Amino acid sequence: MKGYLLMLLVFPQIFFCSKKDTTIMLPEIQEVDLELVVDSVDIPWGMEFLPDGSMIYTEKEGMVYQVKEGKKQLLGTVPDVYYRGQGGLLDVKLHPDFQNNQKIYFSLSKNSPDGEGGNTAIVSAIFDGKELKDFNTIYQASPGSTKGYHFGSRIVFDDQGYIYFTIGDRGDHDQNPQDIKRDGGKVYRIHDDGRIPSDNPFADMEGAKTAIWSYGHRNQQGMAVHPDTREIWTNEHGPKGGDELNIIKKGANYGWPVITYGINYNGTIITDLKEKEGMEQPVYYWIPSIGPSGMCFVSSPKYPEWKGNILIGSLSFSYLERLIMDGTKVVKREKLFENIGRVRNVVQAPDGYIYVSVESKGIFKMMPK
Amino acid sequence: MWVKALILFNIFFIALWQTSELQKSISRGASVYEEFCVQCHKADGKGMKGNYPPLAGSDYLRDKRVESIKGVKYGQKGEIIVNGVKYNSIMAPMGLSNQEVADVMNYIMNSWGNKSDKIVTPEEVSKIEK
Repeated sequence: MKGYLLMLLVFPQIFFCSKKDTTIMLPEIQEVDLELVVDSVDIPWGMEFLPDGSMIYTEKEGMVYQVKEGKKQLLGTVPDVYYRGQGGLLDVKLHPDFQNNQKIYFSLSKNSPDGEGGNTAIVSAIFDGKELKDFNTIYQASPGSTKGYHFGSRIVFDDQGYIYFTIGDRGDHDQNPQDIKRDGGKVYRIHDDGRIPSDNPFADMEGAKTAIWSYGHRNQQGMAVHPDTREIWTNEHGPKGGDELNIIKKGANYGWPVITYGINYNGTIITDLKEKEGMEQPVYYWIPSIGPSGMCFVSSPKYPEWKGNILIGSLSFSYLERLIMDGTKVVKREKLFENIGRVRNVVQAPDGYIYVSVESKGIFKMMPK
Repeated sequence: MWVKALILFNIFFIALWQTSELQKSISRGASVYEEFCVQCHKADGKGMKGNYPPLAGSDYLRDKRVESIKGVKYGQKGEIIVNGVKYNSIMAPMGLSNQEVADVMNYIMNSWGNKSDKIVTPEEVSKIEK
């Protein structure tokens, strides 16, 4: 009897301490097949789709490729990529009016113009259908740092044509995320030519980095606009445990590193606080960490069963996560394509199909059964 | 007699100097590890079975010095077998300097019960080609 009681006491602890993810399910039936559309890519970071139906993707080392009628072609290399650790050429997005202005945007870690190291930058270019030209840096975070991690970065446009992008804390969480006079650990909002909107939350504050839209972030590598509410959602790499799903609000503080659900990789405590007045709570947090990268909302009629779901890549566990939502609440989690490899990005294309990019494998199209 | 003593004395100091060089390199390597490796290979060096190979007690790291350095220097791609388990993921090239490669090699070869007295130097790293 005594032993039984002890077991009852000990068991839940074993359960909670174990690293196993117990709240995610395998699908009962596999509802889609994967069709490989681009093979042998090392790190396919960003994906975008042109009006002619072709695809553009970035490779972390700096190259930009176009895939047209099944053929892949190198369009060019973005200059001054600071290639170190998690840094490199990251996301790609077309201007909403690309058809008329041929503008295309990249996020990357860029060699620091004033010294050692690098930091995240947003670069625009013109794609005339043949080549990439007129590269123009419209935002460059400073200072440069030789730290090899937490660059971010994803880009989205909202309905008004503002660009939002993320920059990670650059490995300096004591200084950057909570200080709006410093870059790093932020979501930014700028005009398509780099000008700072006058209604940005810190536009009038002296010494502030006025491009900041929200702060207190760690490293966000997934960002998407909700198809109905039009809010901007991001996912964020937490430390060990504590990856987050957030809805981004103007001027809000998301708390890193004052509050977090995670701990350091070596097991030491970062903070005792999980919540605090004046700091946002995530919509959802993952323990254990899945290593989230890429994110899309499913709105396409090609996947009627998945309407309103969120898809997120898992780098750590090598699968695609499907979140079934009820408003802002995660109702159920499902693990798609288990062991496929490090899922870097997932995008719903204008043709309604969803594309998934996997490191060292390539890019897959999801075909409904 | 005193010549012999002098030689012994010298050997002793060279050994001491090497040990301290190794210690310094290991301690620099620990920060490189914390920054570039820990997310996948984990703080205990055990990795994640099937996805990220272990470094702790790894036969690959122990027996394949050149391949291991090459992996850290240029990135690792394609199938490898570590302690009898197949791994076929990708480790992107990390853009480390030869000094950083040497330091992190010394760290992983001398942590979690791993032991190697033969120090990896930046010169050794510089000679390893893709």
